[in-house]
Amino acid sequence: MLEIVSQISQWMIPAILAFIPLYAATRRVPVYESFIDGAKEGFPTAIQIIPHLVGMMVAVSIFRETGALQFYLGLFKPFLSMVHFPEEVFPLGLMRPITGAGALAYVESIFRTYGPDSFLGRLAGTMQGSTDTTLYVLTVYFGAVGIRRSRYALKVGLLADFAGLIASWLIVSLLFGT
Amino acid sequence: MVNYIWLFMILSGVVAGAMQGELDLVTMAALKGAKEGVAVCIGLISILVFWLGMMRIAEDAGLLKKLARLLDPFVRFLFPGVPKGHPAMGYILSNMSANLFGLGNAATPMGLKAMEELQKLNPDPKKATPAMCTLLAINTSSLTLIPTTIIGMRMEHGSVNPTDIIGTTIFATVCSTLVAILLDRWFRRRFEASTGSDAK
Repeated sequence: MLEIVSQISQWMIPAILAFIPLYAATRRVPVYESFIDGAKEGFPTAIQIIPHLVGMMVAVSIFRETGALQFYLGLFKPFLSMVHFPEEVFPLGLMRPITGAGALAYVESIFRTYGPDSFLGRLAGTMQGSTDTTLYVLTVYFGAVGIRRSRYALKVGLLADFAGLIASWLIVSLLFGT
Repeated sequence: MVNYIWLFMILSGVVAGAMQGELDLVTMAALKGAKEGVAVCIGLISILVFWLGMMRIAEDAGLLKKLARLLDPFVRFLFPGVPKGHPAMGYILSNMSANLFGLGNAATPMGLKAMEELQKLNPDPKKATPAMCTLLAINTSSLTLIPTTIIGMRMEHGSVNPTDIIGTTIFATVCSTLVAILLDRWFRRRFEASTGSDAK
């Protein structure tokens, strides 16, 4: 099963790259010209995102590098030991929606300290793999079309991240717990 | 809410820096963040240019419309506000399949294109529509089958069976995506009840 899945993901992009132009050619689409037309939009879209992403990354960077993030993590500690949530992995839960690179670095440190096959390693891996960086996705997706008011989107994203965290913890405890 | 979180992160960072007597940390962090932001966007250029080009071929060939028609009942449930056969549907579906198969860097261009199409239906271009919020909810919770990055990292760290977290990851990602869709529904209802119903 796994073999098949990894084979599929390996073949996917080459297959798409062959299929789309070939199919289009049979429909008499001038494939190269079409490609250029679409590709033109790439650059302005990327440039459009810059102010949004810089604004967000500056705030995240200040929050992280000054130790403010650490401070808030400390506040949660007593509560965590109360519900028996593994303290070592909690910073990841808080970082995951805010900073993708920061969260990945933290997973790396868990792997290094406890090993990827430990309970903590598996929990960290599952948490990292199961959601995306909410703040980043919101900034890029809404930034690209100039949306300023995101309504309830952030709330939904963060609550879903929390659900993912709880689900990861439950399932990893159930399957790999001691 | 974004405004408050933004303000909160900056202010608590400045306070933390001041309390440690190291305010230069704040300055350095700010500049570092700005640099990272630009770097990420520059990195996105190649991906966007390439995939938006490919997707245009698919659109011109009518492939996206076909895909949208094929999976229409499913997307209709998620995006009731988008008219039938609208190009946004094709892009939304491409975005979802790219996420599902772990083609992360193809998912972003398709998602952005979907946003752009949804923006064309938006009566107020500065405010997100419910359909945009749904698309965002699906992407922030990112339904994925194979967590490729994590598997690679576990391999690097000498895991005996690097793929044994696929099952747990699928479980967790399905949970978070379901919660995202349900909450999105719930907030949308409340939102529509408070503003009248024809917001898309």
